[in-house]
Amino acid sequence: MAANLSLKATPPLDVEAVRRDFPILATKVHGYPLVYLDSAASSQRALPVLRAVQEYETHSHANVHRGVHALSQAATAAFEGARERVRRFINAASVKEIIFVRGTTEGINLVAQAYARPRFRAGDEILITGLEHHANIVPWQMVCEQTGASLRVAPINRRGEVPFDEFLSRLGPRTRLVAFAHVSNALGTVLPVKRMVEAAHAHGAVVLIDGAQAVPHAHVDVRALGADFYTFSGHKMYAPTGIGVLYGRQELLAAMPPWQGGGDMILTVSFEKTTYNELPAKFEAGTPNISGAVGLAAAMDYLERLGIDAVAAHEQRLLELATAELARLPDIELIGTAAHKAAVLSFTMKGVHAHDLGTILDAEGVAVRTGHHCAMPVMTFFGLPATARASFGCYNTEEDVKALVSALRRARGVFA
Amino acid sequence: MDLKELYRDVILDHNRHPRNFGPLEGANHQAEGNNPLCGDRLILTVRLNGERIEDIRFEGRGCAISTASASLMTEAVKGRDRASARQLFDKMHALLTQPDGAPDPSLGKLAALSGVREFPARVKCASLCWHTLNAALASEQAATVSTE
Repeated sequence: MAANLSLKATPPLDVEAVRRDFPILATKVHGYPLVYLDSAASSQRALPVLRAVQEYETHSHANVHRGVHALSQAATAAFEGARERVRRFINAASVKEIIFVRGTTEGINLVAQAYARPRFRAGDEILITGLEHHANIVPWQMVCEQTGASLRVAPINRRGEVPFDEFLSRLGPRTRLVAFAHVSNALGTVLPVKRMVEAAHAHGAVVLIDGAQAVPHAHVDVRALGADFYTFSGHKMYAPTGIGVLYGRQELLAAMPPWQGGGDMILTVSFEKTTYNELPAKFEAGTPNISGAVGLAAAMDYLERLGIDAVAAHEQRLLELATAELARLPDIELIGTAAHKAAVLSFTMKGVHAHDLGTILDAEGVAVRTGHHCAMPVMTFFGLPATARASFGCYNTEEDVKALVSALRRARGVFA
Repeated sequence: MDLKELYRDVILDHNRHPRNFGPLEGANHQAEGNNPLCGDRLILTVRLNGERIEDIRFEGRGCAISTASASLMTEAVKGRDRASARQLFDKMHALLTQPDGAPDPSLGKLAALSGVREFPARVKCASLCWHTLNAALASEQAATVSTE
């Protein structure tokens, strides 16, 4: 991510070594080597992550926080160790601020239902932006239906940026909560989150940042950003599916009622009265995804070992190369041309629907996402039913970009 | 994987020059088909005279397979009665979903879509218009179907 690049201080990534950590990349697809350009939808898993999960499941599994026996203690240590790993990764003040969830979607829904719903009333406003993923739109619409609050939207421009003055002009005394992506999944835009947080706070609003597309590509320091809530998914950062994190400032989380009831989130239960557990257990009802948390911690170790700066610099080089190469192809239009972008390239080919592009690229082993990318309002804004999207991760190479370009030429040939 | 099996000349032609495209004046049956996964949207307008499909047109946006399939379908069902159109639906369903075998000769040009079955992710693109037709013919008013 441009803002975090320190190219001169960063030793280059040894991509061939990285690729050896991802056995799936050796897969052949329709006889071609896999060219995986869909990491923004879900990244692949690194061997150290797979090994950590296997090690845990093979030798350390039992339920957490429940038993005095050795395995339960081992499992609890692994799970709580993962929480501390997450805390360090995003520089939270306390492990009490780290809630394990299924993913970003669940993190946002938790805040919508446990923070916004009990507090908001008719006349209150929730502000989002025009580039949000459905997961950062629909939970707020549900809260608006439940409370009578209204949803406001800061629009995007033709480059796919959120003009700051447009954002500012929609903040006001009624704004109670502001929610936006750190990085747009459909367009790659990196939002000026720190400035946006400061502006929202100046109006007394609480801020949630959807960090799903940011954490694999940039250092995220939740305290430096000033985020009240920050949420992200494991599976977009080389960890398994079904595990994610909601960070919340302790003071906010402490004042919120529990979201789901069940085991682990209580101190005492009687039929007359139940008392709730302390943070973070209050928000983790039921047996959690223990091996997922272990895998997530391993992915964080892995990313830091590679160096997030080195990964980001590598991805930026690929983004620049791919942007230049695609600009030279006839009939390709890039959708999302913000000044600050993560390694996401959305595009259309004139006269060829994105799904036809997706099929033709797949026939050469090139995996891209096609469709609306769970961001229908973005597609509507650009007047498109769908785009194709190539997204890059730590394991992609210049060869991958060449394969993409070659497959696009073939698509042009089919629809000549 | 043979892309030529999927993108046959007939399909590319109907994608580039869709037949019976646009709104139908005096339609008395209508249905909308959506494929939310793709964002594809199709509106079928039909003029039924008794049981006979006197005229049929389609509008919307979709991929080459979905556009060509709708275009070919309108040609194939125009002039048929409802029961015969439904028989054709069943034959198309078999063509798109059964693993192999020669297409039913009565399908005519529609057999060009047989390549779709080698591309499971694209079967819905080809079948959206047929499900929409079923909905349009079954209802007295407007109807909406979804392939998800």
